[in-house]
Amino acid sequence: MKLPIYLDNNATTQVDPRVFEVMIPFFLNDFGNAASKSHPFGWKAEEAVDYAREQIAALIGANEKEIIFTSGATESNNLAIKGVYEMYAAKGNHFITVTTEHKAVLDACKHLEKLGAEITYLPVGSDGLLKVEQVAEAIKPNTVLVSVMYGNNELGVIQPIREIGKLCKEKGVLFHTDATQAVGKIPVDVLADNIDLMSFTAHKMYGPKGIGALYVRRKNPRVKVTAQMDGGGHERGMRSGTLNVPGIVGLGKACELARLEMDAEAIRLSALRDKLENALLNLEESYVNGSAEHRLPHTANISFKYVEGEGLMMGIKDIAVSSGSACTSASLEPSYVLKNLGLDDELAHSSLRFGLGRFTTEEEVDYTINCVTEAVNKLRDMSPLWEMFKEGIDLKSIEWTEH
Amino acid sequence: MAYSDKVVDHYTNPRNIGTLDKSKNTVGTGLVGAPECGDVMRLQIEVNDETGVIQDAKFKTFGCGSAIASSSLATEWLKGKTIDQALEIDNMDIVEELALPPVKIHCSVLAEDAIRMAINDYRAKQGLEPLISEKVHH
Repeated sequence: MKLPIYLDNNATTQVDPRVFEVMIPFFLNDFGNAASKSHPFGWKAEEAVDYAREQIAALIGANEKEIIFTSGATESNNLAIKGVYEMYAAKGNHFITVTTEHKAVLDACKHLEKLGAEITYLPVGSDGLLKVEQVAEAIKPNTVLVSVMYGNNELGVIQPIREIGKLCKEKGVLFHTDATQAVGKIPVDVLADNIDLMSFTAHKMYGPKGIGALYVRRKNPRVKVTAQMDGGGHERGMRSGTLNVPGIVGLGKACELARLEMDAEAIRLSALRDKLENALLNLEESYVNGSAEHRLPHTANISFKYVEGEGLMMGIKDIAVSSGSACTSASLEPSYVLKNLGLDDELAHSSLRFGLGRFTTEEEVDYTINCVTEAVNKLRDMSPLWEMFKEGIDLKSIEWTEH
Repeated sequence: MAYSDKVVDHYTNPRNIGTLDKSKNTVGTGLVGAPECGDVMRLQIEVNDETGVIQDAKFKTFGCGSAIASSSLATEWLKGKTIDQALEIDNMDIVEELALPPVKIHCSVLAEDAIRMAINDYRAKQGLEPLISEKVHH
């Protein structure tokens, strides 16, 4: 077994060697510009891009003409939200989203607020989930767009996308989902889910960084977004810029592999994740954050009470994970996603996110269980909070000196 | 962010973890920070009645590696010092010794606060006035 172990697959994934393999020619001999219509270099590039569109569309139940290439999910989210705002300004200015969305969605919405948009930020329950009734109650005559992420990056919880999609369709409101963590991991079908716009990216599913896509529905209804990048009019005028052909080829292959292997991979990863989680929950005062039922197969977010996350990560230095603690940030604010579940800040500071992936082995999971268990016990032995807890002192009864 | 070798050393082999009997009037306890900020330090000193020298120091810390290292280092420095000498420990000495980056300076501030609070607690037990901290952090 090789150290360090990578368990941060919600941040990014290794490129699958099979994906890398098919990309190589497009850096070298087949380097043409897909927009060059006058010679074989361009034709070959265009052909490769068209084939990738088919591979991508097949994974999400779309038509290949509905795929708009971008630089990644952040750009896709920006294009969807700002592009809809501009395109549908005559219809209304009210958007609905959720407090636990990725910053790419939240900050795009904040930007629109400055331009005069009215944004409703719906809260989630203690399990991290939104209820479709909340969306129904928030929709108004001037509502243009509902944007709800498919699977949460920190918790892995899966929102009731199909119900929300159905509701939006009935109400005649556009529905966007940031499906960055979900596409390639669980079945996503834009038709069955009534999704109008969907953001996703290659590097979360064993493809390269720097390439993503926005699904934009063409029928029932025909959706358009105002370009946020002006230029040569690529991608049906919605996103200009020379196509990243090697990246697109990689995204296509990554989608094809995900489509073929997703079912088996999800079974394998959820078994490994459950093994990891059950073993770590054997530790006293450890808790799963977010719904354990409606969850991506590869993600576990666990709080180890009375142990600080960053300190814990230092104790497991051979394992790459991330923490909801933000001891390094100037604000000392822990994860806003965890806070929005109504967790005490203290529990948010004590959380670790484990993101398993295609290349995670059982041996690595076993090593992680031992390592984390040891580190938590060691840090609790030096934690004044743990000592107080063991003595039965209520931490809330103490007057802390905030700093 | 990479930690300095000294932070790693204190984190891996923390000095003087433990608890002193806070009911003794020769023991002073400082508890600083807050769980919701992600740092809590408890630092204790035991002062020799006759010599006025800190003969033992213990800590327990909930926090990141730099917070643990700052408090571990503080206990090491406190042992064998008089109260007056202990008051001279400045948070910037800790920053320098551990090569803490700017985002971790608050860990050293917390350790200095803990030292002062422990000394004041000891002074209160001895019937002395609390010291007024010359420096005001936060």
